[in-house]
Amino acid sequence: MNIFVLMKRTFDTEEKIVIQNGKVSEEGAEFIINPYDEYAIEEAIQVRDKHGGEVTVVTVGNEDAEKELRTALAMGADKAVLINIEDDVEDGDQYTTAKVLAEYLKDKEADLILAGNVAIDGGSGQVGPRVAELLGIPYVTTITKLEIDGTNVKVVRDVEGDEEIIETSLPLLVTAQQGLNEPRYPSLPGIMKAKKKPLEELELDDLDLDEDDVEAKTKTIEIFLPPKKEAGKILQGDIADQVKELVSLLHTEAKVI
Amino acid sequence: MNLHFTEEQEMMRKMVREFAENEIAPFVERMERGEFPRPIIEKMAELGLMGITIPEQYGGAGMDFTSYIIAIHEISKVSATVGVILSVHTSVGTNPILYFGTEEQKKKYVPKLASGEYLGAFCLTEPGAGSDAASLKTTAIRRGDHYVLNGSKVFITNGGEADTYIVFARTNPEEKGSKGISAFIVEKNTPGLIIGKDEKKMGLHGSRTVQLSFEEMKVPAENLLGEEGQGFKIAMANLDVGRIGIAAQSLGIAEAALEHAIAYAKERIQFGKPIAEQQGIAFKLADMATNVEAAKLLVYHAASLRSRGLPCSKEASMAKLFASKTAMDNAIEAIQIFGGNGYTKDYPVERFFRDAKVCEIYEGTSEIQRLVISKQL
Repeated sequence: MNIFVLMKRTFDTEEKIVIQNGKVSEEGAEFIINPYDEYAIEEAIQVRDKHGGEVTVVTVGNEDAEKELRTALAMGADKAVLINIEDDVEDGDQYTTAKVLAEYLKDKEADLILAGNVAIDGGSGQVGPRVAELLGIPYVTTITKLEIDGTNVKVVRDVEGDEEIIETSLPLLVTAQQGLNEPRYPSLPGIMKAKKKPLEELELDDLDLDEDDVEAKTKTIEIFLPPKKEAGKILQGDIADQVKELVSLLHTEAKVI
Repeated sequence: MNLHFTEEQEMMRKMVREFAENEIAPFVERMERGEFPRPIIEKMAELGLMGITIPEQYGGAGMDFTSYIIAIHEISKVSATVGVILSVHTSVGTNPILYFGTEEQKKKYVPKLASGEYLGAFCLTEPGAGSDAASLKTTAIRRGDHYVLNGSKVFITNGGEADTYIVFARTNPEEKGSKGISAFIVEKNTPGLIIGKDEKKMGLHGSRTVQLSFEEMKVPAENLLGEEGQGFKIAMANLDVGRIGIAAQSLGIAEAALEHAIAYAKERIQFGKPIAEQQGIAFKLADMATNVEAAKLLVYHAASLRSRGLPCSKEASMAKLFASKTAMDNAIEAIQIFGGNGYTKDYPVERFFRDAKVCEIYEGTSEIQRLVISKQL
């Protein structure tokens, strides 16, 4: 089976976000594989181990993402591809990423493509579905279970806490939700093997794309941090008075009723 | 000097850090109640962490010494207990066989130790032989195709849990001091190997430290490690490795104390602002952070010398001396910053304090480190 995983390098979940000159500062920040993409990588490895084939992890970004690709290889993926758009694209968006990925994937005869449900940074959840649309293959998002029998696929999908069971067929793109599996840690032998596995680097040129083809469809107007949380207020006195005060504060100060 | 980690080292650091936070941290409470972290060791074994520096041909990961130090450092940030179990298992439980064993001994024991199927321990210290290890009194008398051992050992880390013990005994009672000492590989179920009482330690709860005695214990002659009389050399050969390991463990504790202190000081509001903004506390944090940085440089410098096979006995002692003091100082300051909360078991800093103290004692006391350093000046 020819399996591809779409991976994104993101901020570590524990990083404090600092905004500098209207942009999120990356200085000194630790980066990780987007946690939802880790589920996708783990699932891809499990599907390969069961059905045979090869797992290729693909990312769109700059050369810093090589580290996360190597980690995916250390987990057990077979090949990695970095599509480096740093020199060609200044402000990409989900359209940019999806277009680049679809262009790369269109002649790869992928049976199964896995991605994370969302990236924990931008959180748009768009790239997976967009790639499937561009490739003209079915997709199922937020999956928590995947069963493949020949070309038939049974998927359990998380719908805001409920489950939806969907039957579909390969080729297919799915996006992984928490609960799909327990991603493995890269083992030390895995880490030692990772550097010997192939990591291919491509640029837009190699995909016969130029910057206009992938120009962002959206524009970011402003980035700002949420307002600082104020200290809470503890009301005092008679319960009946407290209730009155609470209602009036909700009305006049919080303006929620 | 270059403190830049290689790609593999960096990948491993992240993996170990994540593993420690996700797998070890939830187990800390059970260790504090005295439970040996067997499930954690099994998981570490699956990841290859029980044989980091062991060559691939003997079933290890074949990584360099610095990688091993990274692992001890990151693990000890979460649990000094797991740190010491791994350190003892690797540096003195496995390495002596790898360095001094016959090919047969290596094939028989090292792959099992490297894969974590076996846990290793090391028996040198005796009631009357601590810093002065060469004064040990345990005897090993050759009788035909085996040796008969009699004597007792104390403070044996991993004792009662280990599958193999490297035991030091006097094969030639005529010779005093370091001469006449030999090393043996002893398997756990050997008749005459008596696991004595568990030491009731101040800290490192969950790591087992026991007294051992040997009563007419028969050890096959083929389990003699190295040659007769080579024991003291074998014991001393891994000192640097052991000391840098404990220095890394100390660094982990020191850094954990610092990180918890910073987080607490930024949250805790007194006199209308976080205590981290009160200069009295801010300056404490500045000193703690500076000492952590200095300890880190000493530890990784010593590790890099060792990785390159260069002499590092002075640097290893300096790293251990300074890092263990930093662990102790930072733990004390962290408790002070936490105030009354720091004195309770609801917060981790009192554990750091209890775990840090032993770093100034085992693998050579701070006084012994100063002796080693001063002799090389």
